[in-house]
Amino acid sequence: MRLFLLSILFISCQISISQNCSNTITGKVIDQHDGTILVDAKVTILETQQFVLTNFEGEFSISNLCNKTYTFEVYHAFCDSKTYKLEVSGDTYKIFRLEHHLEELNEIILEGKSVEIKSNTTLENKISKEDLEHNSANSLGDVLNNISGVSSLNTGNTIVKPIINGLHSSRVVVMNDGLRMEDQDWGSEHAPNLDVNAIDNITVIKGASALQYSGNAIGGIIITENSKTPVKDSLYGKTIVTGATNGRGGTVTSQLTKSFKSGWYGKAQGSIKRFGDFNAPDYNLSNTGVFERSLSLRAGVNKFNSGIEAYYSLYKVETGILRASHLGGAEDQVRAINSAQPLYIDDFTYNIDAPYQDVTHHIARIKAFKKFNDIGTLNFQYGYQQNNRLEFDVRRGDDKDKASLDLKLDTHTLLLDLDSKISSTTKLKLGLTGQYQTNFADPNTGVRRLIPDYDKYNFGAYAILDKKINNQLLFEIGARFDYTYLNALKFYRTSFWESRDYDTTFQDIVIDGDFGDQVLANPKLSFYNPSATVGLNYKFNNGYKLLFNYALSSRAPNPSELFSEGLHHSASRIEYGDLQFDSETSSKVSITLLRENDNFSFSINPYANFINNFIVIEPIGISQTIRGNFQIWEYRQTNARLLGVDINSGFKLTDYFQLKNQFSLVKGKDTSQDEALINMPAASTKNTIVYNNKKLNNLNLALESEYVFRQNEYPNNNFEVYIAETETTEIVDVSTPPSAYHLLNFNSSVDFKLNNKTSLTVGFDVSNIFNKSYRNYLNRTRYYADELGRNFLINLKINY
Amino acid sequence: MKNFKFITITILSLFLATSCSDDDDNITIPVPVNEEELITTVNVTLTPNGGGTAITFQMQDLDGDGPNNPVFTYPDDLTNAVLDAGVTYNGEIQLLNETEDPAEDITEEVEEEDDEHQFFYTASSSLDLTTEYANFDGDNNPLGTEFTVTTGAASTGTLTFTLRHEPTKPNTGLSDAGGETDVEVAFSIEIQ
Repeated sequence: MRLFLLSILFISCQISISQNCSNTITGKVIDQHDGTILVDAKVTILETQQFVLTNFEGEFSISNLCNKTYTFEVYHAFCDSKTYKLEVSGDTYKIFRLEHHLEELNEIILEGKSVEIKSNTTLENKISKEDLEHNSANSLGDVLNNISGVSSLNTGNTIVKPIINGLHSSRVVVMNDGLRMEDQDWGSEHAPNLDVNAIDNITVIKGASALQYSGNAIGGIIITENSKTPVKDSLYGKTIVTGATNGRGGTVTSQLTKSFKSGWYGKAQGSIKRFGDFNAPDYNLSNTGVFERSLSLRAGVNKFNSGIEAYYSLYKVETGILRASHLGGAEDQVRAINSAQPLYIDDFTYNIDAPYQDVTHHIARIKAFKKFNDIGTLNFQYGYQQNNRLEFDVRRGDDKDKASLDLKLDTHTLLLDLDSKISSTTKLKLGLTGQYQTNFADPNTGVRRLIPDYDKYNFGAYAILDKKINNQLLFEIGARFDYTYLNALKFYRTSFWESRDYDTTFQDIVIDGDFGDQVLANPKLSFYNPSATVGLNYKFNNGYKLLFNYALSSRAPNPSELFSEGLHHSASRIEYGDLQFDSETSSKVSITLLRENDNFSFSINPYANFINNFIVIEPIGISQTIRGNFQIWEYRQTNARLLGVDINSGFKLTDYFQLKNQFSLVKGKDTSQDEALINMPAASTKNTIVYNNKKLNNLNLALESEYVFRQNEYPNNNFEVYIAETETTEIVDVSTPPSAYHLLNFNSSVDFKLNNKTSLTVGFDVSNIFNKSYRNYLNRTRYYADELGRNFLINLKINY
Repeated sequence: MKNFKFITITILSLFLATSCSDDDDNITIPVPVNEEELITTVNVTLTPNGGGTAITFQMQDLDGDGPNNPVFTYPDDLTNAVLDAGVTYNGEIQLLNETEDPAEDITEEVEEEDDEHQFFYTASSSLDLTTEYANFDGDNNPLGTEFTVTTGAASTGTLTFTLRHEPTKPNTGLSDAGGETDVEVAFSIEIQ
């Protein structure tokens, strides 16, 4: 975005024709109070209408000035602008000091400053408000897919779980406006319960370097934020309507903000998304509809030294799961995999039938901050979340309309942190977190609990110090410690309990009672997880920058890894966890070289992640049941290594045309067994040609080519099964990745000003232009059906 | 400053409150869940047409998806069911959930939802017998909890019973029936 603005500036500077004057004024814009540099402040010369934005160091430069007195207007977001008369004679240097407190008032949004850096020494990837608005009908996972190094593990096309540098689920932390999402993220078919329309921007940090959020984000952190509310009397809002042909549905979202000069503000937002069955190029994908609703309300007050905000949000989604992916045992799998088309294809419908998920997520939160001149800013946050997950299977008899899985997860989180400036070059961040979580698995489902009832307590403390050694070099160091205590009540099948020798190893935790063929155990587990980070940020003089970061992180095993014991229906396999798991520990080194330049900018980010006690699930055999044969998958701990590189570049062809490229590659290896890790994203590259003309209603046209290579490194988990009907033994191919594919997508947008206060943006997109049939290695329904066919999408946004 | 004190005290007390509560030993014991739809047992009874001793054989898997393998029981503790050559038997399939007490008869459920279920019988090619459906759903499509077996010459092999849930009806056999498998059991048969 910055690059984009800079390029506009570059263009506009060319237009302003100067006389025979060749003076240059350079300078800096800083905060009048504490000398902080102000990034993105706009410096305008009123006489010539030349303007520039200050860079990361708060610096600016305007050339072609004569020897005379000019009027400079200096403006920064949410500040009142200030004008200065200044005589220019020869090259001049000037520091502008702005009354910056208006911006500081917004610290109530804890991480809400648009330029706040979450990690100084790892590359941050951002998704802007405009991109989110354009993707109003998409899921969080779809939007994040636009970042190099981020891919997704899908179940169909509506359950999209982000993968960062090859890792997902409990290894990726989602921070929703300062609060860690607790939405049963252990499940590979559990997408984040978050509406993209309820947030204003996203930052992705690949790795665990941002310790203020979490110490166990071995994969990375996704940080969503909301915009600041200006401290002035105003009322504004926006509505976005999206309609798409594939799925014959769309999204409507609306939000309204009221703010007062006194610092009080309120904001309300709501959206509805409805799609019927999606379709692949050759057939309807039966039972893949989605119905999503979300609502959020916030109100608060920002004073100079303190502020408080209350927030509530509700997210509810019903997601259909491809009917043809619901199977019995291995014999059904053979049929389904060997069939060229899904075994169940029906006519298009908006109805969502079993199998489907129905998830509700509530967040209630209160945030406050208080500034102390001598110590810094103290932030406090309390958040309550409730996640209710219902999963419906194809069932028989009285159980037909009953959920097979009914989990209610309640989480209370407390955060307290202090941001202080020790000196003009040194900043210290200290924090404490406490969390209490309780999971309740409703026994009325008539299906044994997948995840047991448990209580979990977590305490964390961290300290992060960053020091500017000189104007070019910044050094960052941080440490964090987390303690987790888990107290669970789990029913085991007696046969499993004994087959694992738990009856001797864990006889102390058995609770007496007659539970038929089950054993009730009460595991109480403690985990101690240290994490640390150290990094450097070095700026070269010519626009190049080098970032180095080392992050040590550790993650306690999740309930699924510890307690799984039984059939995982949506995967047609039996899964076994292990009570004896230790935490997994990751050491990640990441280096980024980047260049920020109008004409050619790039970033190249190689990394290496070594994980001890990495928890993987893999097949160990076949279990014979009355329903046929099922493959048994067991979690085990091993050592793993992930090596990869993410590359981004942008090249300006002319004033209007730009080329963009993305490439990412990751190789995952189980080093103990010397074999590839399962479900590693294949190498992929995206090339986009963009036309943008500010003068023509900000017309934006982009043609994107996306090429995904075939994943050639994968573990062979195929197995054989005897088919009575044909009297043959067939291979159940659950391993071989699908072929490489190439997609062409188009997207466009154009702005119209309807009147003084109202503007309209119209977007038109076509995805999979050639209606290509393909399958994606990281889609759990890839065995049974193709990905989506061509889709036309119209997006209307009205700001008022 | 007053506010600050209040906030600090609140926070500290909240931290303390949560940290104190983790050592309570008053456990409320959860209710165990018995799988409601589980089929633990398949009983097949073959009665010779025109009279004679009925032959019953069974597959039982009491731990469902658990690690124990199903147990097969044939008459006279043999390892297969022995049928007479050239005889027609009336067959009946019974499905039970024996984790419940008394055992739940799942066959009743299947018969109630006859339009959503169908049994299939697959004899291995070495086994000389033919099967026919003996009960049907409301649309006169086969259900198959009742059937007949007609044996040919002396031979051995397996007879596989497959129950499909939500199959395409009518169909020509397993290959185009679709649906998902609820039961798939292969019994060893000897015709003599």
